[in-house]
Parts: sequence; structure tokens; C-alpha cells
Amino acid sequence: MLKIEANDSHRVTLTLNGRERSGNARPRTLLSDFLRHELGATGTHVGCEHGVCGACTVRVDGVASRACLMLAVQADGRRVDTVEGLAGDDGPLSDLQAAFRRHHALQCGFCTAGILNSCADFLGRERDPSEAQVRDMLSGHLCRCTGYTGIVRAVLEVAAQRREQRQEERDDV
Amino acid sequence: MYAFEFHRASDIDDALKQLGADDEAQLIAGGQTLLQSLRQRLAMPSTLVDLGGLTELAGIERDGDALNIGAMTRHADVAGAAAVHDAIPALAVLAGGIGDAQVRNMGTLGGSIANNDPAADYPAGLVGLGATVVTTEREIAADDFFTGMFETALGEHELILGVRFPVPRRAGYVKFPQPASRYVLVSVMVAETDEGVRVAVSGAGPCVFRVPEMERALAADFRPEALDGIRVDPGGLNEDLHATPEYRAHLVGVIARRAVAAALS
Amino acid sequence: MSDSSIGQPVHRREDERFLRGQGRYTDDIHLPGEAHAYFLRSPHAHARIRGIGTAAAAQADGVVAVLTGEDLAADGVGGLPCGWQITDVDGNPMKEPAHPPLAQGKVRYVGDAVAVVIAESYWQAKDASELIEVDYEPLEAVASAARALTDGAPRVHDEFDDNCCYVWEIGEGGEVDAAFDSAAHTVSVDITNNRLIPNAIEPRAAIAQYTPGEERYTLYTTSQNPHVTRLLMSAFVLQIPEHKLRVVAPDVGGGFGSKIFHYAEEAVLTWASRRVARPVRWTAERSESFTTDAHGRDHVTRAEMALDGDGHFQAMRVRTTANMGAYLSTFAPSVPTILYATLLAGQYRTPKIHCRVTAAFTHTTPVDAYRGAGRPEATYVVERLVDACGRALGIDQAEIRRRNFIPKDAFPYQTPVALNYDVGDYEATLDAAMEMADVAGFEQRRAEARSRGRYRGIGYSTYIEACGLAPSNIAGALGARAGLYEAGEVRLHPTGKVTVFTGSHSHGQGHETTFAQVVSDRLGIGIEDVEIVHGDTDRVPFGMGTYGSRSLAVGGTAIMRALDKVIDKSRKIAAHMLEVDAADVEYDDHGTFRVAGTDRTLSMPEIAFSAYVPHNYPLETLEPGLDEMAFYDPTNFTYPAGSHICEVEVDPETGRVEIVNFTAVDDFGNVINPMIVEGQVHGGLAQGIGQALLEACVYDDASGQLVTGTYMDYTMPRADDLPSFRVDTRNTPCTHNPLGVKGCGEAGAIGAPPAVVNAVIDALGPLGVHDIGMPLTPVRVWQAIQQAGGSRAA
Repeated sequence: MLKIEANDSHRVTLTLNGRERSGNARPRTLLSDFLRHELGATGTHVGCEHGVCGACTVRVDGVASRACLMLAVQADGRRVDTVEGLAGDDGPLSDLQAAFRRHHALQCGFCTAGILNSCADFLGRERDPSEAQVRDMLSGHLCRCTGYTGIVRAVLEVAAQRREQRQEERDDV
Repeated sequence: MYAFEFHRASDIDDALKQLGADDEAQLIAGGQTLLQSLRQRLAMPSTLVDLGGLTELAGIERDGDALNIGAMTRHADVAGAAAVHDAIPALAVLAGGIGDAQVRNMGTLGGSIANNDPAADYPAGLVGLGATVVTTEREIAADDFFTGMFETALGEHELILGVRFPVPRRAGYVKFPQPASRYVLVSVMVAETDEGVRVAVSGAGPCVFRVPEMERALAADFRPEALDGIRVDPGGLNEDLHATPEYRAHLVGVIARRAVAAALS
Repeated sequence: MSDSSIGQPVHRREDERFLRGQGRYTDDIHLPGEAHAYFLRSPHAHARIRGIGTAAAAQADGVVAVLTGEDLAADGVGGLPCGWQITDVDGNPMKEPAHPPLAQGKVRYVGDAVAVVIAESYWQAKDASELIEVDYEPLEAVASAARALTDGAPRVHDEFDDNCCYVWEIGEGGEVDAAFDSAAHTVSVDITNNRLIPNAIEPRAAIAQYTPGEERYTLYTTSQNPHVTRLLMSAFVLQIPEHKLRVVAPDVGGGFGSKIFHYAEEAVLTWASRRVARPVRWTAERSESFTTDAHGRDHVTRAEMALDGDGHFQAMRVRTTANMGAYLSTFAPSVPTILYATLLAGQYRTPKIHCRVTAAFTHTTPVDAYRGAGRPEATYVVERLVDACGRALGIDQAEIRRRNFIPKDAFPYQTPVALNYDVGDYEATLDAAMEMADVAGFEQRRAEARSRGRYRGIGYSTYIEACGLAPSNIAGALGARAGLYEAGEVRLHPTGKVTVFTGSHSHGQGHETTFAQVVSDRLGIGIEDVEIVHGDTDRVPFGMGTYGSRSLAVGGTAIMRALDKVIDKSRKIAAHMLEVDAADVEYDDHGTFRVAGTDRTLSMPEIAFSAYVPHNYPLETLEPGLDEMAFYDPTNFTYPAGSHICEVEVDPETGRVEIVNFTAVDDFGNVINPMIVEGQVHGGLAQGIGQALLEACVYDDASGQLVTGTYMDYTMPRADDLPSFRVDTRNTPCTHNPLGVKGCGEAGAIGAPPAVVNAVIDALGPLGVHDIGMPLTPVRVWQAIQQAGGSRAA
């Protein structure tokens, strides 16, 4: 049993984008604030205080979750992946990021990190998604700039590319 | 958010002990509703008892004519489970339509029903399917569990372990979402069970309710048309920016017919 | 032509950092020693403040200071100024109330700031704010403009006799009335343009720092125009010497107008940073965004058209009441006047137009420019009215538009409401849109939908907007207190790399790519060697910022003017280097200077290098360096226009509207980057469709409480509310700027709403529905069907 007094700090250690990181959190510290202000991972953004806009979405143990609806202490010991981990440190953009760029799926860039994390989780589960499924997945996010059309195109294209890749790999075998 | 103490429960007994030790303590399951209200300073618990570590409460299991779902089972897991699709596809539809993907990834069955938000999906699911809530103290029929707006039959130191859903002959669930929140504006679970037809409505009133007149009509003739002409009284139904009581009453009829059609398809 | 030339869909350069999570937004910035601010806000729409007890809060854990309006006044901090003054029908200036950054004596809307708590942490500041004892005497409130203008309505400002800010008019009322008296037909509509909340996904934020040793202030803020904020703070609010105040707007997460204005928090934080001798930071919670970001729209209008027997428009009469909110935000008075009534001609030859606008104070959040600003309101009036004319006279919706279009050979065209359209071809966009939308096949689709129990409808909107704000002389004549020019600077470095400084600000529009394309193309220097700098008053000479689809048309032209100067000077340098007369040096417009008739050439980088190692320059006539700046003031507005066609299906049982197709064909003039332009259209359409179907800012009129204060009740467009858009362009180049560009940022928000509403009315015509107010939510559509008596379930 773990017990933390209201005004005590607790050392939270988690695996952030493959690296162990730790910092101090009080019980009421949200995972989003912990990532941004304690660990300096400011790629994750916060757009609303009531768990709707989806900008803060990260992957906790691989699953897309709102970092503003999770306490930092609840993430202790878990794997957290954020936008900063999608491409290597200085490597090329991932296929998903590159498709976002190609299809102009972002404008101001503020909601983008969360959307990328949801898409990364989604594309791992759905290999042949329909446009309706993609739009349903995106309904957990608010983007005020793009009208979503470019995002939908990017996700559908990545899904198709990955299917093709898998087919080629099978053909090679 | 106000300051609070945090306990991560190691097992059910530990969770019950923490609850018993502090009158102002509150359980946190998936946290998708609770953390929102904490952030808006609408609640001020002294202690949060986190159930996240109680993996024994998560799981889906077919047990003869019933489907047992643990209290800590996430909505996404219910929506995606083969056992649910095989036994009660309408329940998979229900779980797959709650909130959005991130909410479904975190939110739990137990957390949802314990909160009994009038605009939540699960209350109609449990009542419509004639489910039984299993707690640390007893078993409670869904009809008796949801007692009023944000109120349930749960005692102060009682924990939900899971829900037993009897497998119906057929069932259909249709939700008409509130446009902004995507919570339920009106949703209906219709089920034909060994004990008869059940029609349960979420969103329309302060608490989930059944519609006996529709149940009788469908028992005689399980087709959408059987509901034609049945009117729901708008008296006592919810009124807000998104719907008048009259509109909600009307939607109950429309959505119930579509739920029957879904059950037949 | 390179793949980054003008006209190419160059992928955005800023995406690299955004996609990697390396954008730098205001809340990402931390300064050493910073403290956190929390603003205590009024829960009342209208109340007298009898006293504020701060002692307990000041003693709370971690609290550095608790400051109120009295402290501001004691330090001589001024009110927030309004940048626009309207002169009313009687020749008097509008009523212009004081707008203290922290309330003094009274609060006038829910969210009005009452005090600021500065503490070591945000939570401590917020916790302490609950210990502040504000003794409010709640007073009667009024939220609707119509009621605010009635006798006996609660007064928003005690210093005025009533809540009328101004009554303003344009056009010849007598001539219009006469035309109505003799008209064959008259048609009228009563419409409400629903109030909206901008909802940029990045909440407003600011960090202020004072450095005593230099007597310098730095303010990081979420602004669309940092120079304007600096100017207002220096000249009016804080009177900080302008050269001692640096305002930085780093990456900004969307604005849509809401981040144009100078807000109270910017002034309070800057002032407080000196008082507490520490940097002070603040980021709005979303609930604060709802109550304190300037809102948009909120017009109520009666519009009438007089027509001859053939459906030609003879005259138009418009009466509009506009809600200003409790105070005048920076550009608020211009929105329902110059940006609205001047657009009422639309794409049509209506010879006589008269519009009267009454602006009212209410106990609500200030209302100001939001994407489109006045032009969506005008377009909604015109296109709903034109649609009603078509239905009343039994004329096809495309035909009634064509019958009244300004023909393409009639430009330049002087409208009866002050604007002079330079160029356009309205038939071309309508033809293309109808083709793309397959209007020919619509009736078949309607019948097919009917067989599924759905009512299908089609709606048109052929809109015009005035962009490229703005010719300073026109703006000045209509009340602007500043000019609306733009500044740009082009600096070539010795190695041939280029830094461009622009007073425009990019918060999603992609300037770092589009502007670089222009410069790269003109100088023949690779786009990777061109950097665009914006958003920092210490780096950029001056700027009026980004709004009104002006960045490229005005800011881009300023850069073009600076480029002209660079090229002029380069020609002189080339002449010197090649030992010929400057008149003999030709420029190929893409980076190469050539001695006419020879193969002797110099490239731009060669010239740049020479400019910085000027060993033998004739210093009397040629100075070293290659760094030029220009101010550009446009001579006219630009006039983007287009045709939007919306196709909907309505579920008559639930009232739910689904947009099944949306087609937009626009005329934006020349296009620098078609990918970015398409994205701007998509985003505008989403906001326009949002207004039509989903979004409404609702106040309880009696209490002034905001009913839609969270995303639980304010419906934002989500991915599954929208279709994939079909968009195209048919462009006629703007005649009065060198790029031939018109602007595209607002078109979608302007064109879409009437197309959607007209489509729903078309769909429900068979059920007897002829009018529904925005937003067309399921309950409203269902109620309209019930009232028309047409539902099978009724």
C-alpha cells in the first residue's frame, strides 16, 4: 500500500519515451503538469481543465490516455510515451508524423501532440480503418484549426502504407 | 483541485479499510469523471483511495447463461472482448459508444455505475439487461441499484466487485448523444430475456427508468412497429439547453424503436 | 521553377518542430524565480463591490502578494483603451466607458477580474484566492442587447444615461425607403447571428518580467500582434517607455481573432512583476477562456429586399442590434460597422442599401472580432435574404444569384456601401462549385434519401469579403485610431543567407513557409536559406499583426517592397562590381543580375558578400550592407469571394442534421502555397459549420450567468461532426498588390453558415419549415418541424 500525505512530495519514477525519469509530485499533481513542468517534456500540451480537448493525450503503457485526467502518482512505475518519443532524438519523422506534414494535418500545432498519440495507439489496433472509424477516434480531440480533413487523410494513408508494407514483407517470405 | 491524501490500495480489504478510516475518503477507479470534478473544485475529498492496482477486479468471463464483468474492467475492454460480442453484442455497442477513445481506455464499469450520472450509458445497459451488481456485501438487482440522480443503493463502505449480465435472447442499444458532451441525451437498451422484455432508458430522466408499456407491447410483438403510438409522459423528464422534456419524451419512442430494430438486425 | 517556388504546395517548415513536440508556446517558458498568478473573478454579472478583504489571503501559504483595482489606481495604471471610435448618426462620438484591468467599484460581467493573487505555486495562489472576502452587492443584470436598449433596463455604466454605445448608419435611407414603396416584391428575414466563443485550443497565457538594472520589462504573451500590445501598454495603460518594453508572442496555439486584443491580464502581470520584483506567470484555465476571451458575433437583424417583377434587387434595408458586452474591447466598435455594413452588397448589383446599427452594452464578456469579424454576419444576412427572395418569387437559387451578380466586366465596381471592388468573376466560382457538387444529380439524391426516411436539401452561399485590412485612410475616416499598414524587413547576410522580419504573426497560418517561398522565389535563394522572424518587438521593427486575412496581402506586400529595395540596391552593387552603369544591369526576378546583352552575371549571394566587404565602394553613392525595410499601406481592401454549396440530410424523427457534402470554390487571387490555402479554407469551414449547426454562447438574460461555460455545453465541432470538404479555386488576381493575393483565412467561416442553413431550409421545405435559427441543433430542428406540423411523429 502506498500512502502520501496531502502536502507531501512523492518521488515518481516512470519510463518516459524509453528512458527512466523521476521527479517530485504531490497527490494533486496531474500527470500533464508533472510531464511539462517537472520533467520539462513540454511537447504535451494542456488545453482545458475538464478532460475534453484531448491535447494532453499521451500513451500510458501504450494506451492513449488524457494526462490531465490522471495523477502523476498514478503513473508511478509505468511506461509513458509522449510526442517527443515518436521520432528518434534527432532521427527522421515517423511515418505518422511525416504523413501529418504531407497532408497539412496541423496548423498552430497545439493540439497535434495529443492527436498523434491517439493515432499511434489507434493504428496499432486497427489495420484497415474506415474514415468513420478514424473520425470516431479523433472525436476525443478538439482541433480548432484544420477542420480535421487533413488529419483524416494522413491517418488513412499511414494505415494503407503499413498494410502495403506488411504485404510486401509477407511476399518476401 | 484541493489538496488530498493519496492511498493506492493493495487489495480489496485495504481499500475497505481506508474507506472505513476516513468519512471524507473517496474511491478513484478510472478517474475520468472524478478528476474532472476535482479539477473544477466541485468535490473536496480528504483522501483518494486508488483502485488502479486491483487487477483482480478487472476481467470478463462467460459463466453459463451469464457474463461476469469485473468492476475495474475498462470500457474499451468490454467493447473489444470476444466474449461480449458473442454473448451480448448490444453491450459491446454500449461500451464502444461511451465518451471517446481515451475515456474508454481509462473509464471503468464500476466507476461509471457507482457515479450513476443520469446521462451515463451503463445504467440503461444494466437495467435493460436485468443485470445484478455484486458488491463486497451482497448482490443487488440493477432495478434496485440505481436509486436516483447520482445516487445508488451502495452503502458507504461497500465496494462494487463486478456485474453479472444474464445473456438475453436478443438485445439492442441505441444512443442519441448530447451534441456537446457526447454523454447520453436519450439512450435505450431493449432486451428480450427469459423473464420477458425489458426496456430501459438513460438520459431522459433524473435516473434510469423502465417503460412498462413498451415492454408489454414488445412482449406481444417484438418489432419496432409495436411501439407506434406509445407515448412517454414528459412530466419529470430532464430539461436543459440541449433538450426539452417533450423532445426527450419523443426521442425515447424514436430511440426505442431503433433499439428494437438493432436487436433484430 | 523550383519545388519551393510561388504556387507550389511546399510542406511546412514549422511542422518539423511542432511534430516533434518542440514548439515553444508561452506556457512552455519558465523564468528563474517566477511566481504564479491566479485571478479572482466575479461570479456576478453585475454587482457593486463594497469592499475587498485581502488580509487572510495575504497570510496564506506561499502568497507573495494580493493586488486589487485600488492598488492599480494608486499606481496610476490606466484603463484598457479602445482602438476604434465610431461617430454616431448625430455626429457624436460613441460612448466609451472606462475599462479598468481589475474591477474598480463594480463588476460588470461574470469573469470580470477583481483581484490577483501571486504565490509560489499556482495551487497556492488559487487556494488563497478563496480566502479573499469580496463584499458584493448584487445588482440586476441584462445579457441581451435588445433588452439592454429598453427603458428601465439595468444600466451597465453609471456614467451614461442608457446602454446604447452608438447608433450608426450607412447609405441613403430616404432613397431606399422610396424604392421599397414602389417595389414589385418585398421580402424580409428576421435573423440572429449567434454569439460564439473563439476557443483557440491554447488558452491565453502570459509571463512578465521586470529587470531593475535595465529598467526593462519583458512580456511573453499569446498575441496575434505583439507590437500593438506594446504600443497600447506604453502609450496608455502602463506608460512604460516603449523602448523599455519587449513583447514576445512565441508560438501561439491558434487565435481566430481572440488573441488580437490587449487584455487585462497582460497589463496586470507586467505591472505586478515590478511590484513583486519577480517574474509572474499566468495561464488561463479553460473556464477563464470561456468567460474572458473576447466573444464573437451576437447580432439581431431584420433585413428586407425590394425587387422588381423579374427578381432584380432594387434596394436593401437592414436594421441590426449588436451586443458589445460590458466594455469595449480593442477593435469592437469596428466589427458591426465598417467590417459589417460595408459588405451588405455581397456579390450583387443592389443599387441602394441602407443599414442602421445600434450597439449596446450588456453585462456580458466583451465582444470583438472573431474569424471573419462582421463579414460572416453580413454574409449571413445577405445570403439568407437572397435565399428567401428566391423562394418567395419561385426562382431557382442559383438563378436568382446569377440574375443579380455584378458581371465580370463591371469591375472596378463601386457599391452603395463605400467599397470599391477591384476584380472578380462570380459566375466562374458558381459554375465550378455547381459542377463539383453535382447539382445536376441532386434531385435524384433527394429522392433516394426520401426513400430512406431522410430529407435532403441543398443550400448556396455566394459570398464576398473585404480583406487585407486595411487602407489606413479609409480606416481612419471610419474611426480607426491607428493606421493598418504593415512593416517588413529583409536582411541579407554576407554569406547569402536571408533573415526576414515581419510584423505579421503566424499562429497556424504557416508564414514561415509562405513568406519564405515569396522571398526565396524573388531572390533566387533556396528556401532553406531564408528564415522568417515574427512575434518579437525587439527583433521586428514594427507591425500591426495578423487579422482580417491581411498577412500576405499587407504583410507580404511590405516584404515585397523591402525586396524591391534590396534588388534596387543590389543592382547598384552589381553595376559597381561589373563596372557598368546601373541602367545596364538587368534582373531576372529570380536571383541573377546580368549586364544587358552579355553573359556577365552575378548572383544574389555574390552581391550580398560584396555588400559586407565593400573595399572599394563609391561611398558617396553606395553604402555597405544589404538590409532593407519597408512599410506598406494598402490602397484598397482585397475582395476574396466564392461559392459554397452545402448538401444535408435531416432525420425528421430526431431533428439531427448531417452534412453529406460541402463544396467550396473560392477566388483568393494568386495563391502562393495551395496546400496551406486549402488548410485555411478547411479550418474556416469547420468554424462556419460549427456556428451553423453546433456552437452557441448562451447567457441567462436575467442573471447574466454564462450557461455554456464548459465543453459539456458549448458544442465544438469534432471530427465526426464534419465531412471531408471538397474545395477548389477560380482565381482572379488582385489588381492592387504586387503578389495579386487577396487572403483566405476567413473565407470558410464567412461563406459556410448561410449555405448550411439554406440547405436545411431547402430540405425541410416539404414539411413546411421556412426558418430556423442557428445553431441548428437537433432539438431546434425537431421543434421547427413540430411547429410546422409536418412530422409523422407529431
